Amino acid sequence: MSRPGLWDAVRGVVRRDLMLAMRRPSDVAMSVFFLVIVASLFPLGVGPEPAVLKTIAAGVLWVAALLACLLSLGRVFTADYLDGVLEQMVLIAQPLPVLVVGKVFAHWVVSGLPVVVLSPFLGLQFGLDGEALWTLVLSLLLGTPTLSMIGAIGAALVLGVRGSGLLVALLVLPLYVPVLIFGAGAVTGSMAGVGGEANLSLLGACLVLSLFFAPWATAAGLRIALE
Amino acid sequence: MRGERRLFSNVNVTVQPGTVLAVVGENGSGKTSLLRMLTSLLPPEEGAILWNGQDIRQLKEDYSAHLTYIGHLNGVKDDLSAIENLTVTADLTGDQHSLPSVQEALESVGLKRRVHHLPTRVLSQGQKRRVALARLWLSTHPLWLLDEPFTSLDTAATGLVTERIRLHLQSGGLAVVVTHHEVALPPEVVQQLRLNG
Repeated sequence: MSRPGLWDAVRGVVRRDLMLAMRRPSDVAMSVFFLVIVASLFPLGVGPEPAVLKTIAAGVLWVAALLACLLSLGRVFTADYLDGVLEQMVLIAQPLPVLVVGKVFAHWVVSGLPVVVLSPFLGLQFGLDGEALWTLVLSLLLGTPTLSMIGAIGAALVLGVRGSGLLVALLVLPLYVPVLIFGAGAVTGSMAGVGGEANLSLLGACLVLSLFFAPWATAAGLRIALE
Repeated sequence: MRGERRLFSNVNVTVQPGTVLAVVGENGSGKTSLLRMLTSLLPPEEGAILWNGQDIRQLKEDYSAHLTYIGHLNGVKDDLSAIENLTVTADLTGDQHSLPSVQEALESVGLKRRVHHLPTRVLSQGQKRRVALARLWLSTHPLWLLDEPFTSLDTAATGLVTERIRLHLQSGGLAVVVTHHEVALPPEVVQQLRLNG
């Protein structure tokens, strides 16, 4: 009998997914381009008035980040489901929820982290100052993993279902609302001079909650999909 | 159950170490469903599946630690090479491996060195199946659950896999094989279960 160590198994899942992402850079680039294009269209459409752009900056950037994350959700489990890797993963002799955390972490690295890294540059387009930019980065750093965690639940639940792209959006978007409110609220608060700490704390709480509950819900969804 | 139809019932079978259970039957008779129940991927409507006297639903990961499952899907990533696929899978299953042992496993299943580093997507169906089956050469798990392992394989590869199963049984392992093919093993180690659907 042989079984992997817990850390070895999680590392194996992350390593495989990151290797696959590097082999298909177009998948990663798609989310990034989407974010850049959406965030760049707003100044073109709304006009170059700095005051207007500053007012809408937090909401626009957060909605764009949220939609970019949503766009990548289909990649979390679908390929593994179709090629049989998912059923192998479910049969690894370590708790599935922990392996799910590894999988979602890899997803965040290729879809959420680029959003965080790009966000200050996009924020500059909207005329955000240094503190607001810093708050934007922090809020996305706390918020995008939460989006990935919540999104994984939806992705698992619609696995193998026809028209799953739309369905996952319907399932997940309402659950994204608190993250969006706290994320955009943190940046707006920072711009208004009242600070974004309260909203950032709430985002942190959302992340902790999602880290605690989402892996179990996702694991249950995956088991149901494989039955 | 498949929809409203009961696939099989009153299946009562014990597999002893050193033997293989060959599950045969027509298409749609529930062979793969039975195998998936044995993996714990699919729960039975009634009854229990025991491993060393304990229900596999209670054992959970402790049961998974004993099994190697190769389903009708290969579980192979098209964008990774044969070596990468096997290495990553061995990492996840806890099978001891090194680059030489992975290469040896691939050669044992008849994959020549020149294809070891190619992305699996450029390999033929038979070669992909061989990549999946190469896991058997690294596996130290006592229970092997194999769904149509000989599909897409030529005669030579079928012989290699059969020989690997024979060695596994000889070392005290046991296997359940869903197959349309004759399992070319001595009759005294083969137990057949026919599902009539």
